[in-house]
Amino acid sequence: MTLSGYVRPDGSVGFRNHVAILSSVGCANDVAIRLGRMYPNALLLTHRQGCAQLGNDKEQSARTLTGIGKNPNIAAVLVIGMGCESITAEYLAEEISKTKKMVEFLVVLEEGGLMTALPKGARFLDQMISDASQMTRVPCGLDALTLGVKCGLTDTTSGIASNPAIGVVADRVIESGGTVVFGETPEVIGAEHILAQRAATPEVKRDLYRVVNECEERVKASGMDIRGANPAPGNIAGGITTIEEKSLGAIKKGGGKTLQGVLGYGEIPKGKGLYFMDGPGRTPEALTGLSGAGAQIIIFPTGGGSPAGSLISPVIKVTGNPRTAERLKDHIDIDVSRIIKGESTLEEAGESVFQELLNVASGKATRSERLGYGMISIWNIGPHM
Amino acid sequence: MKKAIVMDSKDNVATLLTDVDANDVVQVMMGDKTTETKVQEKIQFGHKFAMETITKGQHVVKYGEVIGQATQDIGEGQHVHVHNVESLRGRGDLA
Repeated sequence: MTLSGYVRPDGSVGFRNHVAILSSVGCANDVAIRLGRMYPNALLLTHRQGCAQLGNDKEQSARTLTGIGKNPNIAAVLVIGMGCESITAEYLAEEISKTKKMVEFLVVLEEGGLMTALPKGARFLDQMISDASQMTRVPCGLDALTLGVKCGLTDTTSGIASNPAIGVVADRVIESGGTVVFGETPEVIGAEHILAQRAATPEVKRDLYRVVNECEERVKASGMDIRGANPAPGNIAGGITTIEEKSLGAIKKGGGKTLQGVLGYGEIPKGKGLYFMDGPGRTPEALTGLSGAGAQIIIFPTGGGSPAGSLISPVIKVTGNPRTAERLKDHIDIDVSRIIKGESTLEEAGESVFQELLNVASGKATRSERLGYGMISIWNIGPHM
Repeated sequence: MKKAIVMDSKDNVATLLTDVDANDVVQVMMGDKTTETKVQEKIQFGHKFAMETITKGQHVVKYGEVIGQATQDIGEGQHVHVHNVESLRGRGDLA
């Protein structure tokens, strides 16, 4: 199976070739945005974290931002820091440069403020864009792919059609030597015993039960019924009655291979095969975490037709709902609703998604990519001080 | 013919693949087998109905697994959803 991508100095392969402007902290966003206006072809990555965060929460933000910078779809990174934050531009630049890709950083306070920082940043970007524009795609195999899988705006067709069809694709990627990362911890509640049976080791099984238990304990500590938050109103309108029902359908999107490990949010897997990433089901955070984990492409089954996308990793939308396929066709890449009509098998539907994955890996723009959908939203697990 | 699907032989609910009105007879598919059930009310595409009587407190089963429990008696062919089923998990309101 041959794809084509951009081989990075560390041997990883990008299926896009972005030059990124990455804020290390929310306070640097204004500078990043102005540089983004000067260089509209650069990928502007702003967010709200990076300072006044405690312990694990700060580590999680730093890990995710590092992972985003390391994502092979990004050829070069200019990190913008303010100079007074806890996740510094220098730290992120140093971590990201372990991939040996082009990395520079700019500290606004040290440069004497916005007006002197801008021309320096512009010089870095100008060179990076010139260098990146001269890179070309070369043939590579599926073993170079880390596929992210995330479902959204789930309805009851998701568990019947789109999720199991994508499970077929996940299995094929792993059989070809690739890696698949899926997650959304709340959407394993009630189905963890099924996933746990496929854990590679007792430690992986323990880790899976731990993250699901921690998630459920957070719900309990809130004093609320999870229903209403997850399943959300859109899920309930689509026929999903409980979190257990949603979870039992949701886990099918990861396929049926052995679970090799449980990752922290935004953590890059150390091996090949199937990995579960801890984190919320809420779409912007889930997509950001997968990009941080190194997913070059994300497949996104949706019942109701979520238009969401990722700035970093092209998102392929798949629906098993025939009404969504018709009504929201501008947001759907692949329609697998023939499964529901009894006109297609899961294997046939999986094949159509797999072919689209190969096309997108080799450069075809997805619907959400064409529309420019996407945002960075890092899962925040502590208070801001 | 209006259609519904049962995901596992242990299930006591079916998922509708079309909108139905009260007293519609629905063809219910489970694997290679097909049966017929009359639904008792208007129910939307994608929503579930009971394949048998589910009494209050009894587990609701889909995919061969427990997805919650009935908060009231649910008759065969009646809509099964948030008005008559509660989750057994993530219940901070009961903690």
